[in-house]
Amino acid sequence: MATDIRSTSWVNTNHPAPAQKPPASEVGVLGWLRTNLFSGIGNSFLTIVTLIALYFIVTNLVQWLLGAYWEPIWVNRKLFAVGQYPLEQLWQPALVLLMVSLLFGLSAGRWGSIMRNLGVGLGALLLALALIPIGLQAQVVMAASLALLLIGYLIGARIAISGRWLAVAWVLSLPATFVILLGGINLPRLGVTWNFAPLVESNLWGGLMLTMLLAVVGIALSFPIGVLLALGRRSNLPVVKLFCVGYIELIRGVPLITLLFMGMTMLPLFLPSNWGNPSQLVRAMTAITLFSAAYLAENVRGGLQAIPKGQYEAADALGLGGFDKLRFIILPQALTKVIPAIVGQFIGLFKDTSLASLVGLLELVAVGKAVIQQPAWLGVTGGVAKEVYVFVAFVFFIFSFGMSFASRKLESKLGFGKR
Amino acid sequence: MNKRLTMVGISLLVIAIIYSACAAPAPAPAAAPTPAESAAAAPAAEQPAAPAAQAGSRLDLVKSRGKLICGVNNQVPGFGNVDASGNYSGFDVDFCKAVAAAVLGDANAVEYRYASGNDRFTLVSSGEVDVLFRNSTWTLTRDSAEVGMEFMPVNFYDGQGMMVRKDSGITSLEDMDGATICVQSGTTTELNLADVFRAKGLDFTPVVFEDNDKTYSAYDEGRCDGFTTDKSGLVATQTKLSNPNDHMILEETMSKEPLAGAVFQGDPVWADAVRWVVNGLIQAEESGVTSQNVSEMMGSADPTVKRLLGVEGEMGAKLGLPNDFMVQVITQVGNYGEIYDRNLGPNTPFNLPRGLNALWTQGGILYAPPFR
Repeated sequence: MATDIRSTSWVNTNHPAPAQKPPASEVGVLGWLRTNLFSGIGNSFLTIVTLIALYFIVTNLVQWLLGAYWEPIWVNRKLFAVGQYPLEQLWQPALVLLMVSLLFGLSAGRWGSIMRNLGVGLGALLLALALIPIGLQAQVVMAASLALLLIGYLIGARIAISGRWLAVAWVLSLPATFVILLGGINLPRLGVTWNFAPLVESNLWGGLMLTMLLAVVGIALSFPIGVLLALGRRSNLPVVKLFCVGYIELIRGVPLITLLFMGMTMLPLFLPSNWGNPSQLVRAMTAITLFSAAYLAENVRGGLQAIPKGQYEAADALGLGGFDKLRFIILPQALTKVIPAIVGQFIGLFKDTSLASLVGLLELVAVGKAVIQQPAWLGVTGGVAKEVYVFVAFVFFIFSFGMSFASRKLESKLGFGKR
Repeated sequence: MNKRLTMVGISLLVIAIIYSACAAPAPAPAAAPTPAESAAAAPAAEQPAAPAAQAGSRLDLVKSRGKLICGVNNQVPGFGNVDASGNYSGFDVDFCKAVAAAVLGDANAVEYRYASGNDRFTLVSSGEVDVLFRNSTWTLTRDSAEVGMEFMPVNFYDGQGMMVRKDSGITSLEDMDGATICVQSGTTTELNLADVFRAKGLDFTPVVFEDNDKTYSAYDEGRCDGFTTDKSGLVATQTKLSNPNDHMILEETMSKEPLAGAVFQGDPVWADAVRWVVNGLIQAEESGVTSQNVSEMMGSADPTVKRLLGVEGEMGAKLGLPNDFMVQVITQVGNYGEIYDRNLGPNTPFNLPRGLNALWTQGGILYAPPFR
């Protein structure tokens, strides 16, 4: 016997019950506080303790920031930017900045993606520096760089420029940077000496410029070496494989600072005696490149191992030779996969360059140390170490965060996070 | 099995190669660092690395390079600093300038190389820098073949001192029995402190910190009765205290810290040249030759002044320097006293009394051997 449920008198079939307001403790600010901060005795306790700690930290920090003595940083802004580079030749670093801005603009327009993010970051930085009264000439340079960045972007976005040529321009920009900063080419061994301005020896380069240079050279030069090492490590030839594994593990087994000291003291011993002594910059760059190459090799190996065997077999089936197989099938896929890892490594390397301060290069941290001890700040109560180190940390943070932000965008675009 | 043997064999070979590569050239700089250097800079560089005796002295290298490479510090107020526009200045830096003026006739023909505490002596022994003026204490070990430095005459006698509050009633170390003393850890300062107090039979409580900034902050907050470090450092630190005038530095010196320039051991020609520039600076002060009156002093009847300024005696030529080398030095840099006053004297924030660094004729121990 079937009973219609609606006929039962105790079932309300007329209308849904009128919605009642949720209790005040569950919604709004109060509800949020309850669920997120005071959901139990333990959590309430932690919240209160954290709030008290935060109060002290924030008030003290704000108080300190307001009372801090920022004069040393302002006075030494040129030293922080380019180190001891001669004042009357500052147009040379400016030229490099203009060149890089244009390249960034073109690349952002042509490729978009991470280049656009980096371009936006660079643009924001240039805009800020153009507005802060750091000095009329410097501001003009910043504004001009910003303009070039925008012009480059428009050209890159509207006109179909060749991506290959742009890549070549990036590669050439590295030696060009050195020639411009040096003021010419000075290779007496090869009989080449040519200069368009008085030569500025590399031991006068410093500050943020040197930090950037060390990081960029480190990553750019280590890239081909790292790829070769990664391929060598997966090779079937025992000697090649043994060498690559040995190199990678040896380098990864020692701290960067050890390699830097090695580079400083031992590199000259490995070079022919009539080559003369390479400059400190070259030694540091060699050490950083060797170091970075080992880590990059491991990153690239990760990419290589992620390529399914079928890809190799498909390439074999197409009749591609060993080199063509790598060139057209394997490396493009493997390298795309590891771009985020390489960007991450670059950020790490950027910060690691501060170790170069310990081997006598006047990069950002070393400039900071020198500024702290200038006799001009002798009368300052408590010294100026806190201010200087906070500033240096801030500069590192701006660049590292900018790059990390840009690479996160790239990762989400490539969709690695979702797999 | 066979494969494994091969692997072991190859590994051993690699290790052997690396070892020989590392080990073999290592003694080379100790034996003859100059040939590589001079070969690098000399115009006729095609010659293979020649024995040290045949290759010229570093003096010739500096002359042909036209520039002196000087290892300095940039983190010691008054001794070596780099200013906002990137120029080096300081007491030690002026000695670099003096050597450049003597050898090259131009006090500005110097390339300053920052020498960190870790690699300063390596920079000298590997030939990176021609001379080191970097607040370095002359010790037996550093002078020996183990480190391989040739020390120049002491240009600054430093020593450990003690800072106390003026209102504490302490006037000498003897008053400090049972005192609490702020000191930096892991330094000779800490050891000297213990030695001196034990020798005097005094009791004390050390309060130890990692770095100098923390140490003086603690003293400033009143956590210690005394604060100890090198006297030149005490003077610089005093200006950073909340009330600098409430503190004083005791007369006593608790250790010997003779700071001197250094060159590579095994190049007597170069060592002599630099040594006599430093001696000349001291002699110039003793003889009253200053940058102001040097041209008048050229006509002086005093035979010492005549020899010093190269009017007679061909003193420079004996060192491989121009006979008027001290004229250049004094004109462009000044004598020892002028260097001292410019960097540490009454018109500087340091206002450091000459103390031991006065001439022997004025109660100090600066004493230059005769210029003859």
